[in-house]
Amino acid sequence: MASGSVANQEGKVMLLGFWCSPFVKRVEWALKFKGVEYDYVEEDLTNKSTLLLTSNPIHKKVPVLIHNGNPIVESLVIIEYIDETWKQNPILPQDPYERAMARFWANFIEQKVTEPARDALLSQGEQQEKKVKEIKEAMEVVEGEAKAKLNDKTIFFGGENGVGYVDIVLGWTCNWMETVEEVGGFKVLDPESQPQFHKWMANFREVPFIKPTLGPKEKLVEYFRMVRQACLGLVANK
Amino acid sequence: MAGSEVKVLGTWASPFALRVHIALGIKSVKYEWVEENLEAKSQLLLESNPINKQVPVLIHHHKPICESLAILQYIDEAWPSAPSILPSDPHHRAVARFWAAYIDHKLFTWLKGVASAEGAEGKKVALDQVREGLVVVEAAFWKCSKGRDFFSGAGIGYLDIVLGCFLGWLYVAEKRNDVKLLDEEKMPGLAAWAIKFCQHGAVKDVMPDKDELLDYANMVFQAMPKLNGQCPS
Repeated sequence: MASGSVANQEGKVMLLGFWCSPFVKRVEWALKFKGVEYDYVEEDLTNKSTLLLTSNPIHKKVPVLIHNGNPIVESLVIIEYIDETWKQNPILPQDPYERAMARFWANFIEQKVTEPARDALLSQGEQQEKKVKEIKEAMEVVEGEAKAKLNDKTIFFGGENGVGYVDIVLGWTCNWMETVEEVGGFKVLDPESQPQFHKWMANFREVPFIKPTLGPKEKLVEYFRMVRQACLGLVANK
Repeated sequence: MAGSEVKVLGTWASPFALRVHIALGIKSVKYEWVEENLEAKSQLLLESNPINKQVPVLIHHHKPICESLAILQYIDEAWPSAPSILPSDPHHRAVARFWAAYIDHKLFTWLKGVASAEGAEGKKVALDQVREGLVVVEAAFWKCSKGRDFFSGAGIGYLDIVLGCFLGWLYVAEKRNDVKLLDEEKMPGLAAWAIKFCQHGAVKDVMPDKDELLDYANMVFQAMPKLNGQCPS
């Protein structure tokens, strides 16, 4: 593939991704929300391309967005880049205080929900229990915020603009959280104690540009089960 | 924004609160500093940051903003006149945000790991990890600065502030472990940058004295060995 010439073409957008990565999905949602056309390249994570390794030499991970030949990495950094580069359909709010709130919540979700969920997926016993407890506590906070901000008219955290930054950052939970629970053997989702959050998940899944991107859960479960077994096997063999 | 009430809730030893000091200084914004006692947090702090109950908090127009990186970007956007904290070009902003995430999630985590490491071997591994991280950031410095004094060019900006706030705690780790981390030979760019950063007008009057920080760290780690190197932030 003439990736070099494609990547360097003025205005061309390329996304290096992996089919089941929620971090890649977030970036796709941001691009679709803005109506930005892009070339998608599916990476083989067991045999990473030269383009991936040279674009993200520090972390060697997807997603990588390549625009005007410049690589941008880390999903939250990429989303802000997309928002600042293509002005239509703003993802972050316009007001500086509201933007700071959105960034605060994005950071909270990453530190207290996303990363512990990944850690819980790849651990067991006491270590996993600790992470599950962290996620449950964080979900109480998220439910509180959903109760405060959402209602029948305002169904997304982006407010009157519809889907926004916080929705995109939290959005992985609407499909992947159940997968992580099933594979990891724990429960953090509870419709009874998290009614607003469950309403938000249901609404997010139905968004026209989101719905087609949510693949069948069985495939996700199969893949993440393999990842968990490989990781725990590595730990056992140390 | 003239006459707007601006308050910062922080502690003198917190590197994250120092970021806010410096950023407001760059913008020449007048503010009231409230020194918090983390053993007895004020009602204002608990109400302003009910989720994390941490410093720093910036209060502007009676609205609290939390998380130092969110605060830095807020300061840049609420006081948009020059000098800018973040670059204007979206790609350069993305590079700055990437390295800020690396410094906070990797380098700072490794620096904390030095204090919680056990045994001589454990300490050595932790210190080597910090050095490796600094070597990576050294390369980033040359790419970002393009031969100028700071990550942001001629003046200090986002990355300078994000990394520079840890210089005092790097010094603490060096003295407590009798090692060199910011090594002039291995990291000449960062070593020279560190001196210029500490001398900058927006930094020199607000940066805590490093020996006072060392005394404080010695006292804290002695009194609470299980604190595990948590910087009060």
